[in-house]
Amino acid sequence: MNEIYLDNSATTRPSEAVLRIMEKTLREDFGNPSSMHRKGVEAEQYVRDARKILSRILKVSEGEIYFTSGGTEGNNWAIIGGAMAQRRAGNRIITTEMEHPAVAEPFAFLEKQGFEVVKIPVDKNGVLDLAAFREALTEDTVLVSAMYVNNEIGAVVPVEELSALIRQKAPKAYFHVDAIQAFGKYRIYPRTAGIDLLSVSAHKFHGPKGVGFLYIRDGVRTLPLIYGGGQQGGMRSGTENVPGIAGLGAAAEEAYTDFEEKVSHLYALKERLRDGLSAMDHVTVHGLPGREGAPHIVNAAFPGVGAEVLLHALEDRGILISAGSACSTHKRAASPTLSAIRAPKKEAESSVRFSFSEENTFEEVDETLKALGELLPVLRRYRAR
Amino acid sequence: MYDTFLIKYGEIGLKGKNRHVFEDALAKRIGEVLSGIEGEFRVRKERGRIYVHCAGEWNEDEAIDALTHVFGIVGICPVVIYDTEDYAKLEQDMLDYVGREHPDCRATFKVKARRVNKEFPMKSMEIDAALGEAILEHFPGMKVDVHHPEILFDVEIRENVYIYSRVIPGPGGMPTGTSGRAMLLLSGGIDSPVAGWMVAKRGVVLDAVYFHAPPYTSERAKQKVVDLAKIVARYAGPIRLHVVNFTDIQLYIYDQCPHEELTIIMRRYMMRLAEHFAKQDGDIGLVTGESIGQVASQTMQSLVTTNAVCTLPVYRPLIGFDKCDIVEISEKIGTYETSILPYEDCCTIFVAKHPVTKPLLSVIERSEKKLSEKIDALFAEAVDTAETLIIE
Repeated sequence: MNEIYLDNSATTRPSEAVLRIMEKTLREDFGNPSSMHRKGVEAEQYVRDARKILSRILKVSEGEIYFTSGGTEGNNWAIIGGAMAQRRAGNRIITTEMEHPAVAEPFAFLEKQGFEVVKIPVDKNGVLDLAAFREALTEDTVLVSAMYVNNEIGAVVPVEELSALIRQKAPKAYFHVDAIQAFGKYRIYPRTAGIDLLSVSAHKFHGPKGVGFLYIRDGVRTLPLIYGGGQQGGMRSGTENVPGIAGLGAAAEEAYTDFEEKVSHLYALKERLRDGLSAMDHVTVHGLPGREGAPHIVNAAFPGVGAEVLLHALEDRGILISAGSACSTHKRAASPTLSAIRAPKKEAESSVRFSFSEENTFEEVDETLKALGELLPVLRRYRAR
Repeated sequence: MYDTFLIKYGEIGLKGKNRHVFEDALAKRIGEVLSGIEGEFRVRKERGRIYVHCAGEWNEDEAIDALTHVFGIVGICPVVIYDTEDYAKLEQDMLDYVGREHPDCRATFKVKARRVNKEFPMKSMEIDAALGEAILEHFPGMKVDVHHPEILFDVEIRENVYIYSRVIPGPGGMPTGTSGRAMLLLSGGIDSPVAGWMVAKRGVVLDAVYFHAPPYTSERAKQKVVDLAKIVARYAGPIRLHVVNFTDIQLYIYDQCPHEELTIIMRRYMMRLAEHFAKQDGDIGLVTGESIGQVASQTMQSLVTTNAVCTLPVYRPLIGFDKCDIVEISEKIGTYETSILPYEDCCTIFVAKHPVTKPLLSVIERSEKKLSEKIDALFAEAVDTAETLIIE
């Protein structure tokens, strides 16, 4: 059976270039970058190369890139490290109602530590309430965190508008952007966009799992979360994950090669799937069409069909998607995003996500629509009544 | 450090002429569970006692954990063995034992000697008194309390002298393999693994059947059942698990029969399939986790209708248990955490808002007639496509 992988927001297939460079760092150039001998120097070169690639892509300096174990660490570090470093400057921290747990939970932690947390609501398409955002910004706000691209419905925040408002009304606040679903899909220039902290994870764009980076603008003070041997300027101790970092660099390089074509292709896939879904009866497509939303995520509710059941029925035909967010397999509650956009229970229970990479084809989208067309009437016939 | 366990077994001791059958089964099972951990273990039977001698790189916690999974054992006693000579040697050994196992102990104690070797010149009571006195003299923190001692020193004088003071409770029951085989209807819930465990505890070897309903139930739900079977198998020995695809039968019932009877009719087909596999495996009974009134399909009336399709006896060890009692056992045997993982199971997916709670057998049988066209073929297909796993 042909496998149609439409769960690229959960993770992506590592590319050949990524596998090649990682294998080399594991088989031959396995040194510890901290070692004085040549094996160490060789290994360090991979880390330098990756840092150079990333700084070129983001148009920042190399010293502003810190490698992490992935998105969750980056978010935790930016939020907890950033807020704690600013503790004396003020007490308010702001985020949105529609965040990944890797952002929501550090905020919950800080709230217990005594910070005042404000969560900005979103509308039914996941669009941030800008008036409420402006209202929430105060002189004593020390940190704002927002998700560039929402992982479940692909809603996008207007990063530059937010940073302009922050500069105007909360000049002391650090602006953290969770770009885990956005890197490789958007050109992101933290300096011109006014971003102070930016977290990225490699496995969302054909890199390996367990590695990512946090951009920390020069002059921004954050406390380290991890103490130890003083690697990465003492900001993030621990022997560098050389294979992961090398893979991250290679993946980033590829993601921004032929960038415009790839993104256009993703948008075309998205529109084709959205159009097909909209033509079906009893389907609600979440999020915004075209360039108003992210290029690679389509979320839709099929009332009357359990999300998990639909997932497994498609799986049976080789089509792999996700129900809710992949991290929440073990929780039954409606996902954070679907709660935030106030999707009715019937929709939340029947929502699935299709997410593309540039490797996907129109044929695969058509195949998926065909499978849905065949499965839905059968699945709808059999249900609890 | 001791290097021997004295294994205490309860009910087996009550058996008559076939007692050796039970002892052999127990010794065999002990050997099996210990073969899975590091170390060299020798299981020795001697005059109504089983000893486990440990050598090599063995670990105390691991060995005790393995032994607490053997049905038939009521107590595991780490014991120190000395040579039998005269009283002077015995007293010296007793003091050595107390010094090793209970250094600087401040506790109340009692000595209980048993003289199996009647050639030893003192009577049991005399030995008790003499050893007690010696302990009092050498360990000033110790006090005698003959009624409720904190430490009871057991001293057995046989070919050797055995001294022990700790008894780690075993699971009790009868040795695996002494009572026949049964087919367990295993779901991913809390009850059925406990039911299987309880029957296995009586010496029964288990086979199991699990019904899955893709795409309505997931691969993870199946993995969960495999994991549960694994936990039960640590006690019960290897379990042969049949995974039966139930989707088509379920949908056919859905299409043909009144919706509020769906669950009952489904259960009847599960029992029929379970019995089919039971006969194939040589099982002489079925086991379910049912408890009166817990859900609609477990009222007494429902049990009448599901029982009616079986020719083998159906054992329902939880029949009089409240949910909280079942949870308690599942926590004790280690299945609870796995049981509560939230995966859909096939009994709940199409459940009616108001399922029948007092079905009449005649009514259900009439409804089932509507299945006559295809059900035999679907039944045969479910049997043919079942997957069989050996869970150890």
